[in-house]
Amino acid sequence: MSKLDSKIPNGPLKDKWTNYKNNINLVNPANKRNIDVIVVGTGLAGGSAAATLAELGYNVKAFCYQDSPRRAHSIAAQGGINAAKNYQGDGDSTYRLFYDTIKGGDYRSREANVYRLAEVSTNIIDQCVAQGVPFARDYGGLLDNRSFGGVLVSRTFYAKGQTGQQLLLGAYSAMNRQIAKGKIQMFNRHEMLDVVIVDGKARGIIARNLVTGEIERHSAHAVVLGTGGYGNVFFLSTNAMGSNVTAAWKAHKKGAFFANPCYTQIHPTCVPVHGTEQSKLTLMSESLRNDGRIWVPKNLKDAEGVRNGTLKPTNIKEEDRDYYLERRYPSFGNLVPRDVASRAAKERCDAGYGVVANDTNEGVFLDFAAAIQRYGSEEALVKGISNPSQEQVTALGEKVIENKYGNLFDMYKQITDDNPYKTPMRIYPAVHYTMGGLWVDYNLMTNVEGMYAIGEANFSDHGANRLGASALMQGLADGYFVLPYTIGDYLANDIRTGKISTDSPEFEAAEKKAKDEINKLINNNGTKKVDYFHKRLGLIMWNKVGMARTTEGLNEAIVEIAALREEFYKDVRVPGTADELNQELEKAGRVADFLELGELFARDALEREESCGGHFREEYKTEDGEALRRDDEFAFVSAWEYTGKPSDAILHKDKLEFENVELKTRSYK
Amino acid sequence: MSAEKTLNLTLKVWRQKNNNAKGSLETYPVKDISPGSSFLEMLDILNGGLIEKGESPVTFDHDCREGICGSCSLYINGEPHGPARLVTTCQLHMRSFKDGETIYIEPFRAKAFPVIKDLMVDRSAFDRIQHAGGYISVNTSGNTQDANSIPIEKENADEAFYSAACIGCGACVAACKNASASLFVAAKVSQYALLPQGKVEAKDRVLNMVKQAEKEGFGPCSNTGACEVECPKGISIENIARMNREFLSASISK
Repeated sequence: MSKLDSKIPNGPLKDKWTNYKNNINLVNPANKRNIDVIVVGTGLAGGSAAATLAELGYNVKAFCYQDSPRRAHSIAAQGGINAAKNYQGDGDSTYRLFYDTIKGGDYRSREANVYRLAEVSTNIIDQCVAQGVPFARDYGGLLDNRSFGGVLVSRTFYAKGQTGQQLLLGAYSAMNRQIAKGKIQMFNRHEMLDVVIVDGKARGIIARNLVTGEIERHSAHAVVLGTGGYGNVFFLSTNAMGSNVTAAWKAHKKGAFFANPCYTQIHPTCVPVHGTEQSKLTLMSESLRNDGRIWVPKNLKDAEGVRNGTLKPTNIKEEDRDYYLERRYPSFGNLVPRDVASRAAKERCDAGYGVVANDTNEGVFLDFAAAIQRYGSEEALVKGISNPSQEQVTALGEKVIENKYGNLFDMYKQITDDNPYKTPMRIYPAVHYTMGGLWVDYNLMTNVEGMYAIGEANFSDHGANRLGASALMQGLADGYFVLPYTIGDYLANDIRTGKISTDSPEFEAAEKKAKDEINKLINNNGTKKVDYFHKRLGLIMWNKVGMARTTEGLNEAIVEIAALREEFYKDVRVPGTADELNQELEKAGRVADFLELGELFARDALEREESCGGHFREEYKTEDGEALRRDDEFAFVSAWEYTGKPSDAILHKDKLEFENVELKTRSYK
Repeated sequence: MSAEKTLNLTLKVWRQKNNNAKGSLETYPVKDISPGSSFLEMLDILNGGLIEKGESPVTFDHDCREGICGSCSLYINGEPHGPARLVTTCQLHMRSFKDGETIYIEPFRAKAFPVIKDLMVDRSAFDRIQHAGGYISVNTSGNTQDANSIPIEKENADEAFYSAACIGCGACVAACKNASASLFVAAKVSQYALLPQGKVEAKDRVLNMVKQAEKEGFGPCSNTGACEVECPKGISIENIARMNREFLSASISK
């Protein structure tokens, strides 16, 4: 029998969450005052959880590595947040959101968790509006929606291209209210270095004060990790520079199973790589695919001309363009899910049709010319201009596009020095989000008692591919509406426990280990900076564990990453000391963990002998190049148990049961 | 891209070991910088060289590197976030500079933003101003009324959004000769004042937030408008006028 129990409540899918809530243990308000909860990370998941737990009456200690909780990387989410409100009356429902998410995830997520997510999605919008989140509205004063990839309804709520910022500021404001009341104790510029387990239960963390370098012990009755994803294992990604896997990885090394590490989302629309000194990649929101058409030249010589600058894209005739998404997927067109769009771009660029002159010619066009003309003609009609000139139509159309995506267009122009109103954007897929993460049960608890993982840090809701605008939904669902119930059920057993001491041998040992690891890095006296190793790791990951994976490549990656890790410990140079603000030391610790995770990541990809969602194995594809799932053998969650060497982890299979949807080959044609 | 002419520059960078230490401007040459590189990538290159030479790299705040988290700061050639308008330092590209140029890089300076190290300052005063009232007192119940039950005039919703676009970077303070936080406070006050949900607590909010800003040591506003010019998100000083109206009416009626 597997060690894993997903604890899915009995009963029909649509009643599970209600029944669950009706039957859990509650903690009375007086007792909540005696219970401490640590929340690590203050993005949408961590921030909303910290605020809600404090509102309920628990004593919350919240930690973030940034200088303010408002800066967690959820803030960079652009496009929107999904909710099954059906305000547009276009046939949306809880079931449809659930179904789209399961299908979008290529049938590799857990039905009960996803249904609950869809169910609470509507509450999120109500809550955010009550908090003063300025969502986009129409002229009647009601909330506006737009459409995202992989679905046929408009259920995405948005605040221009800054939805993540506005939602995070909402959660941050809820936190502020509790910080003012003393119910949340906030630790900015603190990084969690280890979780402390006492008698089999998570009872605290070891954290480093990043300003003073001091190593601190913090105890609690439960520990919640809302520490985000690990896309930076690829070095270049759309994640923030500081986004890291350390908290989740340390939890893994303390016994928490790591689930589906190989499920990574490579987002189709990012600004292409420009050079070797590049430090990160920038996303261009998926919402742009509502109006942008993706294409490459039909002829190889045109592609070459574009790359060497002798041919302008606007001079390529309509019949010489290959709108390959519209060609291959007529029913979803440019709004196919992210994994499908990314692979299709890679396929064209591999075949020589790429339009960016970087090492690998990686780039395709995202073109707004048609939308500008369409909107322009519409506006001319509305404004009563008869027989408008071409210039008038273009100007009116550009105005509409500016209203919808102005800040994204500005950002693109700033980075590339190209004007996307006049010439198509050049884009290429980039690492964006990790669907994998710590294994959790229905309660969002890891297999370590009292340790919870929420938001991107867990694996639970997106299967092998996340749909656009669903990350914000999941983060807030977990933090505002799910965890506050499930953690109460657990903490109800802790009302007589009393304060957890930080003087125990377990805290002692964890602190010593954290200090030893820091000293090892500081005293290493190597010759190469941290980034040197991080970039090399990133290249191995991108080339061998990226968008297309093979047995051979993955086997090589496992060996190469292990060797690189050894080299890192021999030759890394970390300047400065441990007892001061030391950004290189912070980076070194994070890269050390990425060097371990990368190896497990490749092993997971190797063992999953099928293609599903963002995981694409060259050996498993259909005749027309689509992902070939093998449900008979791989309809399970891979949950890895740490044993010492990352790739020697033990695989536990958490079988996925589908009782409410029929497993089909995902088709967007 | 790769064919572009690269830049050789002289950097004058503020170095300060910690809050108690005395700081000074140090000179560093950097070579072969691509105009397509971002300003922070240029600093990464500088730091890489310093580390290789066994020297201490320059400390600066940065995170998202796409202009939204508000971590990055830097006072570049006398302007917060440098010479380009409507961008943060992380979105500033080296094509904004000329080959051979000398660039002065200092921290955001204000009494309420003490230097932590080199170019990194402590902006937690902004957090404390928000603790004083930067929120609407609504609990997470899941039973708030339906999001569409109160229509909000599009114009007000849009205005509230423009105010809410503040990223809390502190450029307004750094740009101001009085180191005033008025634009920052006004943006938050305005966002809530423009929305029906925010009106209930509007009076206490503006009084408490303004009081806290004074307590933190930010100076008064003398309407020079420098904050608006330097704000990477284009927050308008109309927000300050709105805050002043809110403040006045709250002072009279409270």
